[in-house]
Amino acid sequence: MDTGQGSAVTGQYQLSHLRSIEAASIHIIREVAAEFERPVLLFSGGKDSVIMLRIAQKAFAPGRIPFPVMHIDTGHNFPEVIEFRDRMVAELGAQLIVASVQESIDSGRSTEESGADPSRNRLQTRTLLDSITEYKFDAVFGGARRDEEKARAKERVYSFRDEFGQWDPKNQRPELWSLYNGRHAAGEHIRVFPISDWTELDVWQYIGEEGLDLPSIYYSHRREVFRRDGMLLSTGPFVTPRGEEERFEAVVRYRTVGDMTCTGAVESTASTVDDIILEVAASRLTERGATRADDRVSEAAMEDRKREGYF
Amino acid sequence: MELLRFATAGSVDDGKSTLIGRLLYDSKAIFEDQLEAVERVSLQRGNDYTDLALLTDGLRAEREQGITIDVAYRYFATPARKFIIADTPGHVQYTRNMVTGNSTADLTMVLIDARKGIVEQTRRHAFLASLLRVPHLLVCINKMDLVDFDQEVFDTICAEFTAFASRLDVTDVTFIPISALQGDNVVTRSANMDWYQGTSLLHHLETVYIASDRNLIDSRLPVQWVIRPHAAEYHDYRGYAGRVEGGVFKPGDEVMVLPSGLTTTVASIDTFEGPVEEAYAPMSVTMRLADNIDVSRGDMICRPHNKPVVGQDLEAMVCWMTDKPLKVGDFLMLKHTTRWVRAVVRDLHYRLDVNTLHRDEGASTLTLNEVGRVALRVTQPLFYDPYRRNRQTGSFILADEGSNITAGAGMLLRPN
Ligand SMILES: Nc1nc2c(ncn2[C@@H]2O[C@H](COP(=O)(O)OP(=O)(O)O)[C@@H](O)[C@H]2O)c(=O)[nH]1
Ligand SMILES: [Mg+2]
Repeated sequence: MDTGQGSAVTGQYQLSHLRSIEAASIHIIREVAAEFERPVLLFSGGKDSVIMLRIAQKAFAPGRIPFPVMHIDTGHNFPEVIEFRDRMVAELGAQLIVASVQESIDSGRSTEESGADPSRNRLQTRTLLDSITEYKFDAVFGGARRDEEKARAKERVYSFRDEFGQWDPKNQRPELWSLYNGRHAAGEHIRVFPISDWTELDVWQYIGEEGLDLPSIYYSHRREVFRRDGMLLSTGPFVTPRGEEERFEAVVRYRTVGDMTCTGAVESTASTVDDIILEVAASRLTERGATRADDRVSEAAMEDRKREGYF
Repeated sequence: MELLRFATAGSVDDGKSTLIGRLLYDSKAIFEDQLEAVERVSLQRGNDYTDLALLTDGLRAEREQGITIDVAYRYFATPARKFIIADTPGHVQYTRNMVTGNSTADLTMVLIDARKGIVEQTRRHAFLASLLRVPHLLVCINKMDLVDFDQEVFDTICAEFTAFASRLDVTDVTFIPISALQGDNVVTRSANMDWYQGTSLLHHLETVYIASDRNLIDSRLPVQWVIRPHAAEYHDYRGYAGRVEGGVFKPGDEVMVLPSGLTTTVASIDTFEGPVEEAYAPMSVTMRLADNIDVSRGDMICRPHNKPVVGQDLEAMVCWMTDKPLKVGDFLMLKHTTRWVRAVVRDLHYRLDVNTLHRDEGASTLTLNEVGRVALRVTQPLFYDPYRRNRQTGSFILADEGSNITAGAGMLLRPN
């Protein structure tokens, strides 16, 4: 198959599809830097935010990225991801803000879900919105892609949020050509999704072409897991098998990076970018469908969380 | 691999969802979990068939009402190209969504039910594609299986469409007879229509020639951002970052900066990977100039012998996109390339009926989803090209000064 590798130019004055979407993403990031007072880039350590960070780096080279990077830290992270985050940020010389869900809980802003193995997925929204208020951010870059999920397929590149951080899917601003409207009143903000048009395959092809570094959990490795709701969850400090759930060792990798409590692994021997490109091209499940418990709650789980101000 | 963006439009039940579903499924862009979810919901609703429209109708309100409200973007790829589909609803009350979907499209796909032939919505879709100057129009005559794959039905519809399209500004029209349901002429040529000499729909999408659609003549670089690194090694570095919106720039080219009118030459065209020998649309680059002249965001870099129109009095076709009507005397914010200016509506010459193309010169307002020819005056000159020459430097959006919502979209005409 054509992995998109090789020449960036496909004919005379014609860019390859990866270089066209890259150029569009650079254009978006520059528009935001120019028109907003306080942008911030959300960095989870996952592959989509790695790509966003690389594109931001390209947009302002040889200058530095003119805005900080923020991680909404649930405290339920894969240790490999935190280690990777710190290394990346140090290499780029970017400013890192860590907004802690644990601190929101400790200060009484958020309440831990009850029951065994509580997920902090939903609690991220409170911490995120509080940080946006605290730092007076008016533009927040997120790495969401439209191919991930059906509510996201409808979201604009510039997604307006009211003073409560809410998304109103029925009242979105029309978005034409590449003329983005970021106008807003004080207290409101815009979520910006510069890689909206990228697919999972594009992301992997780009990682391959650019030789980008990723947290090791994206590649095949051996770990202790158990099966819950058809997903392979890693045993660890935040989740433990209950009742009938049996621990076993498996050769797995992760397709997305989220909390240890709700992100499932897929069985895979893909240990290089090229292996993964072949695996993704042949996969019959979306990355979220395969591995995210948070999206399985209901038909409109993502739409509901997004309305409340989620990523 | 190239990228092709296309918009789809069709009346309810023409088979748009079925066709998109088939294209996605055959190119493996629909995944099993998505299909299962759709099957589960179809079953819950008591449908006796799997409603592929549920794949694209992503919002709760859309699923509840069983209609497509908003533009949905879908993605698929074949070994030849990557495709981005802007799937838009067809009703007249969603004209603004069709305008939005068409604004970035290389091709518009219009669906016609072979049994019904050309209807009002067909004419509206074709008109909007021509208004937005989508370079390629693909007319799919669907449900050929229900008319016995009859060539005469196909020929009659083609002739009628061609007669109508002659009143529009469309240059490239292709007709394909298909059955979205059974797959005839969708991915492979159909044995049921040996009288049809053309290619399959997917083959057309993979091969339609788009390289010459971009403007490679009028060099335009609207400046987005000035790069001045605060580092000793780049002490004197001053780069003008932006996306090339037309023409080709090369190091050594003589260029002019607007509005100052000062001329200099291109010292280098930089990217993260290093300098490049030439830059063309839609590349995002950083240009350095030989002379130290004052350039800031909102300025336009062009060639001295090929300048855009510089003007404060604008003539444009405007599509109105909000409930509060547009009237003469209204003040609005206008964004064109990389600058925002204030605008006042000087005149509404006529309102255009998007179904009949009739011009109503007595109109005093444009209401939601209406299109009309408008005269505007702006606070500072814009550097623009007529939309028919360049879709990027010829377009603008209008925002409401109070609510900030995007209220309209405009396509600039040559000044009077
Ligand atoms: N016989 C036949 N039926 C079709 C064809 N394409 C679509 N249909 C049917 O027409 C109905 C409406 O199709 P749908 O794709 O929902 O139309 P949409 O409203 O344009 O999205 C469905 O019952 C389809 O099965 C076709 O080529 N032949
Ligand atoms: Mg439909």
